[in-house]
Amino acid sequence: MSQHIVSQQLRLEPSRRPLGSLYAGNVRAVFSRGVKATWGTNWAIMVSGFVEPVLYLVAMGIGLGSLIGTVTGPGGAEIGYANYIAPALLAVSAMNGAVYDSTWNVFFKLHFAKLYEGMLYTSLGPLDVALGEILLALLRGALYATGFTAVMGAMGLITSPWALLMIPAAVVVAFGFASFGMAITSYMKTFQQMDWINFIMLPMFLFSATFYPLSVYPEPIQWLIQALPLWHGVEMLRQLSAGIFTGAILVHLLYFLVMIVLGLILSTGRLRKLFLN
Amino acid sequence: MPQTSLSHRLPQQAPAAVITARNVVKTYGDFNAVDGISFDVQQGESFGLLGPNGAGKSTTMRMIGGVSQRTSGELSIMGLDPDQHGPEVRAHLGVVPQQDNLDEELKVRDNLIVYGRYFGLPYSYLRPKADELLEFAQLTDKAKAKVDALSGGMKRRLTIARSLMNDPKVLLLDEPTTGLDPQARHILWDRLFRLKEAGVTLILTTHYMDEAEQLCDRLIVVDKGKIMAEGSPSALIREHSTREVLELRFGSERNTTVAPELGGIGERLETLPDRILIYADDGEAALEQVSNRGLRPITSLVRRSSLEDVFLRLTGRSLID
Ligand SMILES: Nc1ncnc2c1ncn2[C@@H]1O[C@H](COP(=O)(O)OP(=O)(O)OP(=O)(O)O)[C@@H](O)[C@H]1O
Ligand SMILES: [Mg+2]
Repeated sequence: MSQHIVSQQLRLEPSRRPLGSLYAGNVRAVFSRGVKATWGTNWAIMVSGFVEPVLYLVAMGIGLGSLIGTVTGPGGAEIGYANYIAPALLAVSAMNGAVYDSTWNVFFKLHFAKLYEGMLYTSLGPLDVALGEILLALLRGALYATGFTAVMGAMGLITSPWALLMIPAAVVVAFGFASFGMAITSYMKTFQQMDWINFIMLPMFLFSATFYPLSVYPEPIQWLIQALPLWHGVEMLRQLSAGIFTGAILVHLLYFLVMIVLGLILSTGRLRKLFLN
Repeated sequence: MPQTSLSHRLPQQAPAAVITARNVVKTYGDFNAVDGISFDVQQGESFGLLGPNGAGKSTTMRMIGGVSQRTSGELSIMGLDPDQHGPEVRAHLGVVPQQDNLDEELKVRDNLIVYGRYFGLPYSYLRPKADELLEFAQLTDKAKAKVDALSGGMKRRLTIARSLMNDPKVLLLDEPTTGLDPQARHILWDRLFRLKEAGVTLILTTHYMDEAEQLCDRLIVVDKGKIMAEGSPSALIREHSTREVLELRFGSERNTTVAPELGGIGERLETLPDRILIYADDGEAALEQVSNRGLRPITSLVRRSSLEDVFLRLTGRSLID
C-alpha cells in the first residue's frame, strides 16, 4: 500500500478562490470555536455588560423621567422620557456587547493565548480568523440587543410594530463596533493603550444624544459627535422606535457599512502582518 | 473546505521534489536570519535541519509553512509557493511548532477536533480521528481535562497529535521531542517511522544527535543561516570526522594546560571545557600514545564518531548548550 502512495506525485492545485492567500471560506470553524470556548465561562461579565444599560433605563427613564415628563421625539411627537432614551440605550447595549469581545478578548488572544498563531498554521486565512472573531463579538451584541428589546417591551416602551426593526438595526450597529473594535485592538500593544478605549467609550456613551438632543451643544461639538459611531446608532434606532423612516437612516446604515468594511480590511491586514510576516 | 486536490501523475515521470528551496533568505532589519539556503526534499524522505541556537532552523520551518514571508529566493511546497498559496499548502501540512500553542480555552479532545475543523474537515471524520490520536499520545484518560492541567510533556504530545489531525502529506516538526521522557520519545519515533512508511514526508529539527541519526535519511547542518554540510548521517560522519574518538578528562582545571602536550596524536584535537577529544581512526592506539607520554587522564573513553562530532567540527560549537 505504501509503495503505491510513494509512487504518486504530490502536486497541489492552486485554488481559484478570490483572495486565495487571505481567505479559505471557513469562517464557521473560527466562529464555532469561539462559541465553544465562551460557553459556560465569563457569565458574570456577560451579564454585567447587559445589565448596565438596563439599569440606566430604569434609573433615568423611570426615575429622572418622572421629573422630566414628556420630550419631543423623532418626527416632533411628544413622547415619554423613557421612550426617548430607550432606543439610545439599546444602541449602547449592542455596542457594549460587541466591544467587549472584540477588544479585551481579542487583545488577550493576540498577545497571550497565541490562538491566532495556531489558527493561521492551518488552512485558515487571516480573513477567516478576523471575520469569525468579529461575528462572535457581533453575536454578543445581538444577544444583548435582543434582551434589551425584550426589557423595553416588558416596560411598555414599544409602541409601534416597526420598532421590532430595531433588532436587525442593532445587529448592524454591533457589527460595526465589532469590526472596528477588532481593527483598533489589533494595533494595540500595551494595557495602557487598551485603557484609551474605555477613555473614549464613556464620554461617547454619555454625550451621543443618548439622554438629550444634540441641539443643546454648540455647532462644532455637534459636528464632532456626529462624526462618532454611537450617535449614528442612537439616531437610527430612535427613528425606528417611532416607525419613522427618512433618508437619514440610509446615511446611518452607510456609516456602519463603512465601519464594517474598514474594520475587516484593517483587522485582516494586521493579522497578516503579525502572524504571516 | 480547502479547494485543493492532488493530481496523480504517472510514475515514470522524474520524481519531483516535495519541497524545493533555492537561495532562500529571511532578513530581520539588516540581519540575515536565513542567508541563502537551497535544498530539495523528496517525497517520503525524512529530512533534518541541525544547527545551534539561532541558526535559522525555526525561521526556515516557518517559511516552509508560509507563516513567515521570505525576503528573497524561491520556495515551492508540493508545487506551490507558500507565500502565495498559504491556505492550500497548509491544508496538507502538519505543524509542530517549537513552542506549543494549544488552545487553552478548550479541553484536550476539543483541541483536536476544533483544530481539524480549521481544515474544513467533517465531524464524522474528526471524532474517531481525535480518539485514535489521543490513544497514540497516551492522553485518552485526559480527554476531558483542561489544557493547563497537563504537564509540559503531555502538552507536547497533544501538539504532536494535533498536527496529525488533517492526515498531512508533509509533517514539520520543530524540536518535537523536547520535554518528552525517553519512553514517549521512542513511541514518537516509532510513529514517525510508520508515517514515513506510509509516504509522509518529514522535516524535522532537533538538538538530539541520536534522534537525527535514527530518524533522518538526510540532513543539513545549518549555522548562522547558511548550510555548512549536507548528506546522510553516516556520510556526514565519514566525511567530516574520523572513525573513532578518544575522550579524555583531566579535570576542568587541567584540560587546557594538558592539551599542548597531546600534539601529533590522532588527526585532530578538540579542547572543550570539560574534556579533550582526540580524533583518530584507531582510538585505542591513540590512548596508548597518550600513556606513553606519561599523561594520566582521570577518565578515558574510546567511542565511534557521531553527528555530534560533525557538528563540532563544522560549527566549532557543541550542540547541547
Ligand atoms: N521575529 C523576529 N524578529 C527578529 N529576529 C528574529 C525573529 N525571529 C527570529 N529572529 C532571529 O533569527 C535568528 C534565527 O532564529 P531561529 O528561531 O530561526 O533559530 P533556531 O535555529 O530555530 O534556534 P533554536 O535552536 O534556538 O530554536 C535568531 O538570531 C533570532 O534572533
Ligand atoms: Mg528554533
